[in-house]
Amino acid sequence: MPNPVIEARGVSMDYRLEKGWLNAVRDVSLSINPLGIHGLVGESGSGKSTLALALMGYLAPNARLSGGAVWLEGEDLFRKSQAELRALWGSQLSLVPQDSLAALNPAYTIGDQIAEVTRQHFGLSRRAAWQQAVEMLARVRIADPTSVARQYPHQLSGGMQQRVTIAMALSARPRLLVLDEPTTALDVTTEAVILDLFRELIQETQAAALYVSHNLGVIAQICDQVTVLYAGEVMASAPVRELYARPVHPYTIGLLASIPRPTTGVETRLPTIPGVAPALGDRPPGCVFAPRCPAALPHCFTDKPPLEMIAPGHQVRCHRWHEIVNGDVAILTQPEAAAPHVAHQLAAESVLSARGLRKTYGGAGWWRRLTRGSARRVRAVDDVTVRVRPQSTLGLVGESGSGKTTLARCIVGLETADDGQLELLAIPLDRRLARRSRAQLRELQMVFQNPNDTLNPYRTVGQTLERALERLSPQPLPPDQRRQRVLELLEVVRLTPDYADRYPAELSGGEKQRVAVARAFAADPALVVADEPTSALDVSVQAVVLNLLKDLRAQKGASYLFISHDLSAVAYLADWIAVMYLGQIVEEGTAEQVYQRPSHPYTEALISSIPVPDPAQAGGRIRLTGDAPRAADIPTGCRFHTRCPRKLGPVCETDAPPWQEAGGGHRIRCHIPAAELLALQVSAPKSD
Amino acid sequence: MVRYLARRALLLAVTLLIASVIIFALTRLLPGDVARLILGREASEMALANFRQEFGLDQPAPQQYVNWLVGFLAGDWGRSFTGTKAPVQPLVVGRLGNSMRLALMTLVISVPLSVGLGIIAALRENTWVDAAVSLLSLAVVGLPEFVTGLVLINGLALGVRALGLPATSTVPDGTLADWVRQLILPALTATLVLVGYISRLTRAGVLEELRKPYVRTAVLKGLPTRTVIFKHVLRNALLPTITVTALSFGWLIGGLVVIENVYNYPGMGALLVEAVKQRNLFVIQAIVMVTVFFFALANLAADLLYALLNPRIRLE
Amino acid sequence: MARPLTLLGLVIVSVFLLMAVFGPLIAPYPFDAIIRGAARLPPSPEHLFGTDRLGRDVFSRVLWGAREIIAIPGIATALAVGFGTIIGLATGYLGGWLDEIVSRLMDSLLAIPALLLALALLGAIGSSPVGIIIVIVLLYVPIVARVIRSATLNLRSSGYIEAARLRGEPLMYILFREILPGVLPALAVESALRFSYAIFLTSSLGFLGLGVQPPTPDWGRMVSEGRESYATTPWALWFPAGAIALLVIGVNLLADGLRRILRYEGAA
Repeated sequence: MPNPVIEARGVSMDYRLEKGWLNAVRDVSLSINPLGIHGLVGESGSGKSTLALALMGYLAPNARLSGGAVWLEGEDLFRKSQAELRALWGSQLSLVPQDSLAALNPAYTIGDQIAEVTRQHFGLSRRAAWQQAVEMLARVRIADPTSVARQYPHQLSGGMQQRVTIAMALSARPRLLVLDEPTTALDVTTEAVILDLFRELIQETQAAALYVSHNLGVIAQICDQVTVLYAGEVMASAPVRELYARPVHPYTIGLLASIPRPTTGVETRLPTIPGVAPALGDRPPGCVFAPRCPAALPHCFTDKPPLEMIAPGHQVRCHRWHEIVNGDVAILTQPEAAAPHVAHQLAAESVLSARGLRKTYGGAGWWRRLTRGSARRVRAVDDVTVRVRPQSTLGLVGESGSGKTTLARCIVGLETADDGQLELLAIPLDRRLARRSRAQLRELQMVFQNPNDTLNPYRTVGQTLERALERLSPQPLPPDQRRQRVLELLEVVRLTPDYADRYPAELSGGEKQRVAVARAFAADPALVVADEPTSALDVSVQAVVLNLLKDLRAQKGASYLFISHDLSAVAYLADWIAVMYLGQIVEEGTAEQVYQRPSHPYTEALISSIPVPDPAQAGGRIRLTGDAPRAADIPTGCRFHTRCPRKLGPVCETDAPPWQEAGGGHRIRCHIPAAELLALQVSAPKSD
Repeated sequence: MVRYLARRALLLAVTLLIASVIIFALTRLLPGDVARLILGREASEMALANFRQEFGLDQPAPQQYVNWLVGFLAGDWGRSFTGTKAPVQPLVVGRLGNSMRLALMTLVISVPLSVGLGIIAALRENTWVDAAVSLLSLAVVGLPEFVTGLVLINGLALGVRALGLPATSTVPDGTLADWVRQLILPALTATLVLVGYISRLTRAGVLEELRKPYVRTAVLKGLPTRTVIFKHVLRNALLPTITVTALSFGWLIGGLVVIENVYNYPGMGALLVEAVKQRNLFVIQAIVMVTVFFFALANLAADLLYALLNPRIRLE
Repeated sequence: MARPLTLLGLVIVSVFLLMAVFGPLIAPYPFDAIIRGAARLPPSPEHLFGTDRLGRDVFSRVLWGAREIIAIPGIATALAVGFGTIIGLATGYLGGWLDEIVSRLMDSLLAIPALLLALALLGAIGSSPVGIIIVIVLLYVPIVARVIRSATLNLRSSGYIEAARLRGEPLMYILFREILPGVLPALAVESALRFSYAIFLTSSLGFLGLGVQPPTPDWGRMVSEGRESYATTPWALWFPAGAIALLVIGVNLLADGLRRILRYEGAA
């Protein structure tokens, strides 16, 4: 076996609190060989970023190493002086940080910031270091490196910024590269391109890499070994194929099962992990996962299981791994079937219809230009027509800046559309919120993205729900009945009655979102608009909320407009899907049509960019070059022509493409004939 | 950037125009007959009418405002109601120069001092140095200048005669020594008020920058702490102090009113208090307008400097 | 460090509040009583703070003066915070033309240095307690409004505010029941700061001879008068000056403590 580049043995770390220290990472060991890409996966608060930085010998100002050691090629990093560490940082050990814009200094040029590394470590002259920086930019496939080097961070797109941080991290040929959630902030199409780039560059530099992520799909696509962290402890560590194919630890099993996949389909519910991860302060004394584990035995709560080697390179921390491996104990009950859901797929009538909706920002009047300076007109929503059918879900997907959120806000009335017609339950719906009737407000409710500001922090859950009932109920409810209804609502979202008296600060993110769902359903609305309701939640919690939405649809007969950048989550819930690009819808159809036969080149790229949580499946085939144009300068003709891999020719640049029917309600906005697009899909090797 | 500055300048012009209306309205439209106040209760109707006519107070208010504004822009700031009824402009401009000298002296002392203290406090966060600086700023910030000024006069000028500092300040002659001798105490008094404010904002600014991810990036590039602090952190952290300094300048012009009285210094503030007591309207209007103008100018200069140093705005 | 200092501030401010309420009851002399043959006496058990050049008991005058220096800034701060909050909530939440116009007006008021505006205004309306209150309110409404406006802007796009809009809640309910609790920390810190500055301003006006008119005792004017006879009665200057300094420091410590306790890092 080769000598590992980096090796951590029994690392424990603490954070300083007002009184004393709080243990954040406990007894973690891992090692990475040259060329190895080691995945570190965990939900928020698992301690993965803290641990990753410790592997570089870096401690946050309020953190300390309370046990164990980290060796870089045999040298103990935590016995080194600050000066010795500085000599290693940037040269032997480098970091690709999470939020690349925030991680770059806004006051200096890209070239200057990259050149700093070689000037510091190799003593290059200003000119030589600059030259080297330009070469590095070329190596991360930046098309015009000389001019990009002279630009400032804010002038670059998110994908370009991330390339810059990679160039910076690689410019001194490091032995270990730590990548801390480097693609989390990126759109899925950009993420796919950046992941390809990582793979190539890590090969080229012969470095070892630690890849930190919460996204099991990304980890599956890029890593060869994975360590699963939970509440600061290693639950399992295994070669990537083995971990995904034969997970042993109940947490790993639950986690992998709870990811929605495009193929999960509408008939099933996602398996979930009950409860929430413990706060650092009150981790249980035995196995940290025991309180949420379906297979926990009494002694799991008292004795901490050891990390055992169950196969070469495969370690598990579980008392019952023998039984699990032998199949004597089942962790996952067969996923239950969802309540029968009959979507009226071809029903002619609709719950909501929007025709020719438009919303433009900016460029309004000289006064605003004078005081705000926003002269650019942004056509956020540009002539959009959608319809939500009774008791069905329309999924709206698109990258950031596609206008999907604006569209949703125009529909519920939080923004007033500039133009277009709305109809709710066959009755015209005014574009202005203030002109809508009380009955219309009742029928149209919304669930918001950020769980932390969705509830008024100064009111109990009960007060919040009571107010919603009071305002929205068709008849006034006497107080005792209102109280009764509050408890019913809590039960619907699977929260116990004592939650009525709690304040939002006492709730976890997933619980807050469940209360928000309860609030939206207070008066049995006909349509609930859900704008990225799970994107701020951890995977295991996301599944609970998605299941809840699915159950409520069946129970209450409501319809959804479900917006997400996560195509898998949309696929789990939606019967119909509309794909948005730069303010327009480019493809719509049933979920099956869009996923199985994505015909618009953009949809095709979008779907093949999804990082599949299965290392056995090669990543998709289609990559989009370049970045999405800014919404302020929309390309002429087909808006997608600047990135389209199937561009026909000049016609795409000059003429707006027509809508084409592909049968069964499936429509595509493209110059290429629909039949031809469909044929491409049938002949292409299917990935699943 | 040109667009940005043009926008700021235009906005400032609008603000100045509204401010001039406010100033005019406040001094003119409020109850009380100026003529009677100046000439006294026994003045005859004839004398009152003459007085009103002489100063154009008999015209409708909007007309008076337009006359005043046009005159002001042309350099005719009206005449004093009292004494020789001298033109206001030379009087105010002369006093303005004196006040500017004092303001300049104050900025020279207070900005480096308080920015330095703020940086040190931030870099030594939660140590005794930090505690001492914040206690100092808590203790002196908001203390009226006549209190600190009197302490300084009695402590340094009268208490330690060997220093040779005057208890009342006159306009310094050209030499540096005289500048220091005459202006050090009033400037220190103003500094004591400013130091708490500026050092606190600087400290907050540096702390905010220190917590930004790019600082960790710089550290993990292996750069020496010196470079991290001076090149990366301070470059960004000190940008807001430019604006703060401009705001302090505005405050200074107002704050000097009291200090000039404490030290009997012949500045614009002392003139203003006199004018207010005599209800000398044109003098009051001129002083306030001039101050507002310089305050606005300082803000514009700060915007320009800020824009030059901040690529996000420069490359807009 | 924060806790004991905050407590100290609280104690100081409480003592001064008690003084304002009960001071006249415990003052040994009326504020304008000229004691025969007792001019220019140094502090003694008889006259705790000595007597001034006219033979008035400084201790009594300081006690009587507490009422003015706390009541005028107190009333003015309360009014300014009240109006400023309403304006800030409305402009921050509603936005649009109302916000443009009101904000421009407020900016223009803020472009005039505070003391100058105060002096110009007092020159026009004359000094009286009501005049000073009007001046302070006019000066501080824009500042409070600006702070509350920006706090409101931060909350405006919160899910719970949008949920309230989608329920069709009336404007007043959204402003005062949904948003107001969220801006209370900002409001508390801002009120304490404004109170401190108002004391500063009121006493400065007194010092300049533009405060409350004689014979009502005013600490600022007492300092100014004490200065004229400093050579013979320094105590007539130092006691009122010390009282102002102590009160301002007390209020500042309290404001700083509030800022820490409420974790509100707003404009200083």
